[in-house]
Amino acid sequence: MNSPLLEVLGLHKSFGALVATDAVDFDVREGETHAVIGPNGAGKTTFIKQLAGELRPDAGRIRFAGEDITALPAPQRSHRGLARSFQITSIYPDFSALENVALAVQAHSGHSFRFWGRARADASLTGPALGFLKEVNLQDRAGTVAANLSHGEQRQLEIAMALATRPRLLLLDEPVAGMGAEESQRMVELLRTLKGEKTMVLVEHDMDAVFTLADRISVLVYGRIVATGAPAEIRANAEVQRAYLGEEA
Amino acid sequence: MSARRWVLAGLLLALAAVPPLAAWLNEPFYLDLLRRVMIFAIAAVSLNLILGYGGMVSFGHAAYLGIGAYAVGVLGYYGIDSGWLQWAVAIGASALVALAIGAISLRTSGIYFIMITLAFTQMLYYLGISIEEYGGDDGMRLKLRSQFAGLIDLDHPAAFYYLVLAILAASLLLVDRLVNSRFGLALQAARSNEARSRAIGFSPYPYRLAAFVIAGAMCGLAGALLVNHTAYLTPDFMNWTRSGELMFMVILGGVATSAGPLLGAAAFLLLEDFLSGTTLLPKAWLADHWQLYLGAILVLVVLFARRGLAGLIPGRHE
Repeated sequence: MNSPLLEVLGLHKSFGALVATDAVDFDVREGETHAVIGPNGAGKTTFIKQLAGELRPDAGRIRFAGEDITALPAPQRSHRGLARSFQITSIYPDFSALENVALAVQAHSGHSFRFWGRARADASLTGPALGFLKEVNLQDRAGTVAANLSHGEQRQLEIAMALATRPRLLLLDEPVAGMGAEESQRMVELLRTLKGEKTMVLVEHDMDAVFTLADRISVLVYGRIVATGAPAEIRANAEVQRAYLGEEA
Repeated sequence: MSARRWVLAGLLLALAAVPPLAAWLNEPFYLDLLRRVMIFAIAAVSLNLILGYGGMVSFGHAAYLGIGAYAVGVLGYYGIDSGWLQWAVAIGASALVALAIGAISLRTSGIYFIMITLAFTQMLYYLGISIEEYGGDDGMRLKLRSQFAGLIDLDHPAAFYYLVLAILAASLLLVDRLVNSRFGLALQAARSNEARSRAIGFSPYPYRLAAFVIAGAMCGLAGALLVNHTAYLTPDFMNWTRSGELMFMVILGGVATSAGPLLGAAAFLLLEDFLSGTTLLPKAWLADHWQLYLGAILVLVVLFARRGLAGLIPGRHE
């Protein structure tokens, strides 16, 4: 099968007079890491929200694994294999790290209309959850209430939760945002180990992270994709430099 | 076992010791007062399931007290005295009404949810007032308490008391199992972070609706107990102030804690009884103003004991 895993055609979204997503065509091939970069206010988060099913586009289509998912709400997209991390860390702050991940496992283990058994003692949930915590190197913090984890650890936890849904595509919204140099280095390392194994859409400001991880890069400016290509092509693209790289770097 | 569970177990044991003590002290009034406390505790336990664990701030929970009470009262009015039937109807009708109200209300959130649950309950309240057949505004006397064919006699104060205690213990156990089950965790996760829940594949709505129905059914049973307790039925059971009192109990006791609803119901009703009857303060200070003092206490609890009375007991929150 040669068709891309995710395919976006003519996506359009506006808020009043503001056009946040403007005729966007975009695709992600199986196994690749496709980064989306762009200056602040370019509409990156609006774009990823439409991919995740949190916002309905005004026009356009989103196809995932051969299926039109444009009208599907977020939970159903998760069950089709889309997982996402949020720009602003989104975890269950009052649950332990292990419980956070176990909930993601539970969400993908059939319905939760099970009223009697103690879920925290259910090895079919906590077993895999611990495995995913290990994958992001958080196993030592399993019992810690998530609110008490450091910012970097919380972001790692988000990745573990996304992995626990056994996704076919990871949507990562600025995974290194707000991190110190060391933390962000650790996160890039983690994503590098996932690269190839998982298909990823990476929305990111951090150019080091993007050029380290991406197979292809799309540049979003004022809601439009102005260029898509391999990292070297993007680096050399004059329009991209003017619109984006020049003003940031 | 956590400190809170020990406190809860201790409270239940203490409650079990009340009937012989009251008989020995020749103070049957305490039996009556504490039976009332436990009935409201059952209602508060049910509200805590949705308000505390589910994060659904229902301002209309008294509706189910009323439906439960009317189920018993109206069936009794037509000469159907079987407690089995009356209580089954009380639970079933409450569940059905909760299903209808919840199905609509849960499509909203925040302040709208509060207002819509309040509005539905007010509709039921005015319905109760408008039906002259069942006494309208004045309500009506229960001719006969629910009959359980000689198995248990609700006219016997201590027997009724122990039945209420058993139902309270069962409600506490049920909610404890519920909130620690997969269902309960999905429910609490949606309260904690709805966007995150949706992103990992939970649709919160069906779990919230199920919790809403379970809470309604439990509170309906509390209503059936309440009307047997007072032997009198009035639309006031569904008054919005009654919904507010139930919220007060849950918040005072500590939201999303196992011991909270019982502590809150006990503190509220015992304080009410004490403040409205005390002779320690001049009558003019208290006569009709005891609610003012209760209000002040709630403000203090909300400000200084974030998890209510149960939060004062040491140990990790549940």
